[in-house]
Amino acid sequence: MQKPARVSSYMHRLEPEGPMRVPGFIFADDELLTDMEADVFRQVANVATLPGIVHAAMAMPDAHLGYGFPIGGVGAFDPHQGGVVSAGGVGFDIACGVRTLVTGIHKDKVLAERKTLADLLYQNIPAGLGTRKGLKISSKEMDRMLAQGSRWAVGKGYGTSSDLKKTEEGGTASGADPGAVSDKARKRLDRELGTLGSGNHYLEVQAIQEIFDDSAAQAFGLNKDDVVISIHCGSRGLGHQVATEFIRLMVQEAARQNIRLPDRDLACAPIFSDTGQQYLGAMRAAINCALANRQILAHLACETFETVFPGARVSMLYDVCHNTCREEDHELHGRSIRLFVHRKGATRAFGPGHPDLPAQYRQVGQPVLIGGSMGTSSYIMTGTVEGMELSFGSACHGAGRVMSRKQAVKKYPGRQVIDHLQKMNIEVRSHSFKGLSEEAPEAYKDVSRVVEVSHKSYLARKVARLKPMICIKG
Amino acid sequence: MNSSTYWQHLNHRADIGIEGTGPDMGQAFAQAGLALMAVMCDLKLIRQKESRSINLEGRDPEILLFDFLNELIFLVSGEGFAFSSLQVSINNGRLHARIWGEPLDGPRHQPAVEVKGASFNGLQVRQDKNGQYIVSCIVDV
Repeated sequence: MQKPARVSSYMHRLEPEGPMRVPGFIFADDELLTDMEADVFRQVANVATLPGIVHAAMAMPDAHLGYGFPIGGVGAFDPHQGGVVSAGGVGFDIACGVRTLVTGIHKDKVLAERKTLADLLYQNIPAGLGTRKGLKISSKEMDRMLAQGSRWAVGKGYGTSSDLKKTEEGGTASGADPGAVSDKARKRLDRELGTLGSGNHYLEVQAIQEIFDDSAAQAFGLNKDDVVISIHCGSRGLGHQVATEFIRLMVQEAARQNIRLPDRDLACAPIFSDTGQQYLGAMRAAINCALANRQILAHLACETFETVFPGARVSMLYDVCHNTCREEDHELHGRSIRLFVHRKGATRAFGPGHPDLPAQYRQVGQPVLIGGSMGTSSYIMTGTVEGMELSFGSACHGAGRVMSRKQAVKKYPGRQVIDHLQKMNIEVRSHSFKGLSEEAPEAYKDVSRVVEVSHKSYLARKVARLKPMICIKG
Repeated sequence: MNSSTYWQHLNHRADIGIEGTGPDMGQAFAQAGLALMAVMCDLKLIRQKESRSINLEGRDPEILLFDFLNELIFLVSGEGFAFSSLQVSINNGRLHARIWGEPLDGPRHQPAVEVKGASFNGLQVRQDKNGQYIVSCIVDV
């Protein structure tokens, strides 16, 4: 396996060799590159072999080992050149993402009430494995939810229609096909809609610690020392089941279509094929499930916040998805072309002037919400003009793990994690001590370095740094 | 339990590896099932009050393992059933499994991370030189 060659301080390149159709680009400085497992480069090279891939297979600065695609992997495919869609390339937690709400309340006010607020949020936000405290919806309602996403949730009284403008694609992934979502996938959502889940999913109350870009911060409504709420979660069991079923189907489909897979997790099907279209329909329905889920959770968080702080006006900043395949127009070799952009553990980061952005953000670019780990910073960035060319408007999504869950459980007992965070003035509420150990902040890369490299490589621009005050975990 | 029948977790930075070992393929699959449940809960907390069964067919042992693990994940995530004992037999590509456990109970079982799915990553069914079956898979959490 060749070593990536240095192109600049923040970009490395894998030359196309053997079955690779395009080069591999790795956005990292020398230090982040050293931290990446060698298998990440192999995975980037593998993605570069897939039919119809254009420009390059890419790894964002937070890239780490995934299955098929690396986490932090981006690849765009042209359907007219035999381009494929890959269920493994999107991943299990379809449209897992982050939604951030602006509260306009000063951090000192929250600090004084932080225990009460933490207890209430813990009580009102269903979280953890198998809680079954989410919504029970009929099969007909499920079809509507899968077709309409956030728009459905708003119609049911969760949030307001102004939230939709601040959500990718206006809150509804178009082209969703609820009929392509199996009964098993639906069963896995039984009373799980409107729940946070477990693992690295969280709800955090965060203080705006530092502003890097005044004009973008102003457009985003961010003031230093004010408090925001961020929610990180996905499409719950429904999305996981859609992924499982289509990965298996696509392994067989790829063999039928004579697509040589360097790794079975790269299972894919031509975009213009029945399997490809079915997957796209089911995946978009799962995106809508994730959007509806975050819409409901945001509403519950909002209500709770306004109970503790009467008169607070909580509003949406933005909602981004991390694991998706999106149909987008991009400039390639001087002409606009319709591509299917896979982002796995990567965030869409549209630059200024993009027609899909709400008017309020069009001049500064799309808010890019970067989640940290418990106890470390999170960041708000903005999409750039350069990023549109470099990475089809994509950027990093978070810190990425450096330590296995097994090691973390041995090293950081749950109680110790709580005490440690409390000393940092962070209130934690969790349903599981083991879960807390596994998610110890030390088990993650330093998100600040990842953000710095994203900023310096022009993938996205830093706007603000957030410090956690309350963390609710599954 | 035979001393050569056991399960373990394998280190993986982002996800977690599960491995089952046994004198025949069925017992190795059963151990992998326990390793899977142990990612989510302490097995000692799960009582064996009810049983479920899984029947599958497939010629490729690795795809059979993929399907089996994903059926178990569905049992937990779709049916809300936690288990701590399995008996698996595999004959001519026909798998029959009996699974003992009880309904998943958050406060009592203290589940940690949820397993989202079993992928083809690290998916292996092999025999060592003594004929022991070792089956493994990286599961997404």
